[in-house]
Amino acid sequence: MEIILLFFIFTLAGFLGFELIAKVPSQLHTPLMSGANAISGITIVGALIAAGADDGSWITTVLGTAAVTLAMINVIGGYLVTDRMLAMFKKKTPAAAKPEERAP
Amino acid sequence: MNREILINTAYIVASILFIIGLKMLGRQATARPGNLLSGVGMLIAIVVTLLDRNVVNFTWITAGLVAGTLIGLACAYLVKMTAMPEMVALLNGFGGLASLIVGAAEFFRIRGGTVVPPDPAFTATGIYFTVLIGGVTFTGSVYAFCKLAEWLSGRPVLFRGQHLVNGLMLAATLAAGGVFVLTGDARFGLAAFGVFTVLSLVLGWTLVMPIGGGDMPVVIAMLNSLSGLAACAAGFVIRNNLLIVAGCLVGTSGVILSAIMCQAMNRSLANVLFSGFGAGPAAGAAAGAGAALTGELKPISPEDTFAVLEAARLVVFIPGYGMAVSQAQHVVRELAEVLERNGAEVRFAIHPVAGRMPGHMNVLLAEASVSYEHLVEMDAINPLMPTMDVAIVIGANDVVNPAAACDPASPIYGMPIIRAHEARTVICLKRGKGAGFSGLENQLFLLPNTRMLYGDAKGSLQGVVAEFKSLAQA
Repeated sequence: MEIILLFFIFTLAGFLGFELIAKVPSQLHTPLMSGANAISGITIVGALIAAGADDGSWITTVLGTAAVTLAMINVIGGYLVTDRMLAMFKKKTPAAAKPEERAP
Repeated sequence: MNREILINTAYIVASILFIIGLKMLGRQATARPGNLLSGVGMLIAIVVTLLDRNVVNFTWITAGLVAGTLIGLACAYLVKMTAMPEMVALLNGFGGLASLIVGAAEFFRIRGGTVVPPDPAFTATGIYFTVLIGGVTFTGSVYAFCKLAEWLSGRPVLFRGQHLVNGLMLAATLAAGGVFVLTGDARFGLAAFGVFTVLSLVLGWTLVMPIGGGDMPVVIAMLNSLSGLAACAAGFVIRNNLLIVAGCLVGTSGVILSAIMCQAMNRSLANVLFSGFGAGPAAGAAAGAGAALTGELKPISPEDTFAVLEAARLVVFIPGYGMAVSQAQHVVRELAEVLERNGAEVRFAIHPVAGRMPGHMNVLLAEASVSYEHLVEMDAINPLMPTMDVAIVIGANDVVNPAAACDPASPIYGMPIIRAHEARTVICLKRGKGAGFSGLENQLFLLPNTRMLYGDAKGSLQGVVAEFKSLAQA
């Protein structure tokens, strides 16, 4: 039963994703991609559990630590790079109030 | 039990923040706070995971978090905007590898007996998919990174029987996965795990190999999607809803972006991934047979370019990958400014697949402080094209190739283009006389109203700007 619930959530999240990001103006393609990329660093949750588990196995600790490091690079790098890009978009856009004009 | 409720409630909050954050990322006005919101969600997820009762040893976690943070900071702030495509590719790769390792760690914990999954076959299947998708994402991204950083040639690499080899490898990983899930024998399981781990890493490399530099926007978007799906698969392994939801959102956003990119080229995803598009002389020869290219290349000097631009009232810039290569975005903005001071109206026409990643040109122009009101999408500029006095094509090739519109024999026939050839005068900046990534000769360069400004785009444009400045001083 628990397995079915996991698939249930998976399916709904999939549909939600398609609804959420249907229309994106092209100047936001890169930030959207790198912002989403940062979210994929959520695998860090699994990495933390592996690295922090005290099961006396050095393999798990080594793998877990490596995974924490890599996922953290993904998270920090992804969010900050996205923010840096978006800051550039914003800098000389006092007209940010009227973005509708940009729509094709 | 209370702790578990707290953790899972926090995971729900984090999921909501990811969803709202992603939604806000899709609109200009809300994009930046949206990214921040999703970052807060990530912070919450990390902090409450540290409260998990299974997490008892913080030494290595701290080491990993600190190392990852430092490297991530360096990545984010030291990388140049022109290197953004390879940066995104690399971060994707790290995400994929992290998921692969999470899957591997879980496998070794189960083997060691510290974790007893309630449903071994299901968990084993999850581990298999995590490793497969994570492995393909990792090496695929590394290969894409090498192509984008020009450590490897951007041309597609093809060899005889490539699809057969890839197909056999995929079949072998499936077989190994089957053994891995079904076997009760620990040694068999370990061997199968090793086989499909190695094969998935090889597969990522060989799958990206036949894809040319010009198709990189699709590849990057696909790899982005896969890095999310790898996290999602890891969610099934450790039975964590947050991983499933977040990974799935990333997966679908990547799929949507890939679809937008494919649409912009009027090609199917399968065609982009498997056709080895633009593999060099073969494609060029086939096109040459179909389209009799007539006319000659007429070079122009920066001085004469100045003369043409000085008289122009409506000017449109059409940037492509060449602008990124020569880092010409700042001098392009400077030229646009002097043109405006000279009384011209300036626009930038952006093709959806110009450059090496989705939105690449927008990022570069934003870095050079070109306000986005000046940017026009392809569909908006095309009807205005015949009214333009001058179209300046900066290192773009296929996205302005008229063959896509009028030559059915051309491999890129049907791809929507920016109709630069309809402008009164077209000035093309190009490094040399060779064909573009697709190996196609561009009819645009041979038209009577086209002039070629050869040389490094940045240097050429600096020459033109200098002419304007000396005029102003005189």
